[in-house]
Amino acid sequence: MEVFVVSLLNGLVYGMLLFMLASGLTLILSMMGVLNFAHASAYMLGAYFAYTISQYIGFWPALIIAPVLCGLIGAGIEMWGLRRVHQNGHIAELLFTFGLALLIEKGVQMTWGLLPVPYRVPELLDFPLFKIYGTQFPAYRAFMLLISALMFGAIWLGLTRTRIGLVIQAALTHPDMASALGHNVPRIFTLVFAAGTALAGLAGVIGGNYQVTEPAMAFTMGPIVFVVVVFGGLGSLSGCFIASILMGLIQTFAVVFDVSLADLLAKFGFVVTSSTPFAEILTVTLPRIGALLPFLMMVLILVFRPRGLMGTRDT
Amino acid sequence: MNMLRRHWPWLLVLVILLAFPFLFYDWTKGRHSGFVLTLMSEIGVMAIFALSYNMLMGQAGLLSFGHAVLFGLGAYCAAHVVNMVKAGTIWLPTELIPLAGGLGGLFFGYVFGWLVTKQRATAFAMITMGLGELVSAAALMFMAFFGGEGGITIDRVMDTSLVGVRYTSPWQVYCLVLAWAFIAAALMRLQTQTALGKMANATRDNFERAQFVGYDPRMVRLMQFTLSGFFAGIGGGLYVLIYEIVTFDTVSAAKSANALLAVYIGGAGGFFGPILGTIVVVLLQSGVSLLSNAWLLYVGVLFIVMVMYAPGGLIGLIFMHLPIWRAGRMRELLLPYARAFPPALLVLLGFVFMVELASFTTIGAAQGKRFTIGGQLIDTTAPMPWVIAIAALVLGALWLRHEARGFRQRWDELMEGSKRAQATAAPKPQEAVA
Repeated sequence: MEVFVVSLLNGLVYGMLLFMLASGLTLILSMMGVLNFAHASAYMLGAYFAYTISQYIGFWPALIIAPVLCGLIGAGIEMWGLRRVHQNGHIAELLFTFGLALLIEKGVQMTWGLLPVPYRVPELLDFPLFKIYGTQFPAYRAFMLLISALMFGAIWLGLTRTRIGLVIQAALTHPDMASALGHNVPRIFTLVFAAGTALAGLAGVIGGNYQVTEPAMAFTMGPIVFVVVVFGGLGSLSGCFIASILMGLIQTFAVVFDVSLADLLAKFGFVVTSSTPFAEILTVTLPRIGALLPFLMMVLILVFRPRGLMGTRDT
Repeated sequence: MNMLRRHWPWLLVLVILLAFPFLFYDWTKGRHSGFVLTLMSEIGVMAIFALSYNMLMGQAGLLSFGHAVLFGLGAYCAAHVVNMVKAGTIWLPTELIPLAGGLGGLFFGYVFGWLVTKQRATAFAMITMGLGELVSAAALMFMAFFGGEGGITIDRVMDTSLVGVRYTSPWQVYCLVLAWAFIAAALMRLQTQTALGKMANATRDNFERAQFVGYDPRMVRLMQFTLSGFFAGIGGGLYVLIYEIVTFDTVSAAKSANALLAVYIGGAGGFFGPILGTIVVVLLQSGVSLLSNAWLLYVGVLFIVMVMYAPGGLIGLIFMHLPIWRAGRMRELLLPYARAFPPALLVLLGFVFMVELASFTTIGAAQGKRFTIGGQLIDTTAPMPWVIAIAALVLGALWLRHEARGFRQRWDELMEGSKRAQATAAPKPQEAVA
């Protein structure tokens, strides 16, 4: 029971962090059709910016400034890079962001070094909030939950209650029609791209000190975010939300349960020994494949239901 | 004789490639340069890999992010076969080991292909990415087949050669790689002309119409994927013979990305583009990575510049000159090119200088390296070098922009002229000897 509650909370925190990254990506992917490989790079940039800013001014200004910087970079990329590449087709766009991801990773390595930087939780939040069954729950995780919940509320309100949000929703499913109605779709693209990268930057600011701020963080986070977006389905924020929470929970719970297929078979009176065929596969424990489960799920859902959980069209 | 007349460039390239290592031959010690031979063998293997990747990307329009899975699994299969031959369980000549890798690739190409080819476009790309992650993680997990982190080591000296060569020296291995590279390239070239190759093009351009004509696009994709796995596996088998070890990074995403970079930089449109791209990427990887910490940055920048300004790749750039070449007016482009060259060089130097300054202040300093140009130590923390670098970059860029305008004008005139010449000229008689 205690393991369950603690894992549930941790899974929620991780899931919300994933959602913050994935929400921007899902908007970008469904609107512009661009599989943005540089999205996780914005997450990394956010963390590094926050680290540098918090050294000089403090963590709280960094919470605002770093995402804004990321958003500006995103707007620049869209206006001077992507828009130019757009005429060469989707694959060219995708490859452009792929090159950008390489570039940003190397740039980060050259600016901040190869080793992880000591980006820490601010002192104000560095205390255990409460104890459940003897396990401490840090206040910073609660803060992360709060920020991501606020952000989720803001996105939802923005998309459903404001004029620009409605236009974005229209452009999400029918970009040509929205443009024919006189809306400046390219400008909306820039806006969404900038907002998406800013969100990724924000995720980096609060996720960088929760995890480790290092040059490889974009490469470890990137594929998972893709999985979330594809799993949730294109053009659906709620699908994306469910997928993020699901992935967060799966990954945290997989670490806790130390079971394998062999244990399951043993329940039915079938004992696996080293001479059984495929013994190596049967005896792999769940924590070891925990990080793989999302990819397995993505492959399966794409093969059997290519539009994802709640998607409006095929990927 | 007719064959020879039509295919002489292949022979010429073969002779050049055989002769090239002798430029680096150490006559005093009487042996080849190991570095050059390994580098060229690597180019050979990666060229096969890139060509097999282009069977998907260029021919069938399928963007794969996990092509190294087929390459790596082929390599693992070949490694196991070598170990079995060594142990005496089976007999197979050394020359045919790459074929064993190819069959492994074919098998896994069919198994995985059955799964991934259900979808196309973005979904296909995402499935291959997921599969790539799964296999590279599995490679670390299962000891029996993949050997964990240590990988699987082999000894290529098996004494089962058909031609009596023991493959103890890199030169012998290089010859084997060259032979297989030519066989594989020729087969892939021929494959583009088969019905399957043509149908792959058709499903790429318009899969709905291909469906109407009566072909099942999925079967076309599956067959193309399986064949591409076969050739990737051949590359994997050669890889094992060169390095005598196969580890999990042969199936990793980085390896897949290499193929993608090579194909795109070279140009996916023409058959020979990927080979060109492979040469550039491998040279950057092996050559520049020795000189600079920031080689990945150069690859990234080159890649972005190619995507933005030359979507057809290097081969596309070359083919752009074809109409002017036919009109016999290439000479008139010499001056514009010569005028654009110095500013381009200035931009390049400024950029490289700046990147190197940055990388030496952070990464280099941590590794205890010093930045020297021609024996002159350069203080990377002083403002002067930075000012020079930035000035070169900015001035060069402005100058290049100015020259580019003139260049484009000249280019357009020439293109216009060659088009008009083509329109007025009578249709040329086809090749005299058909």
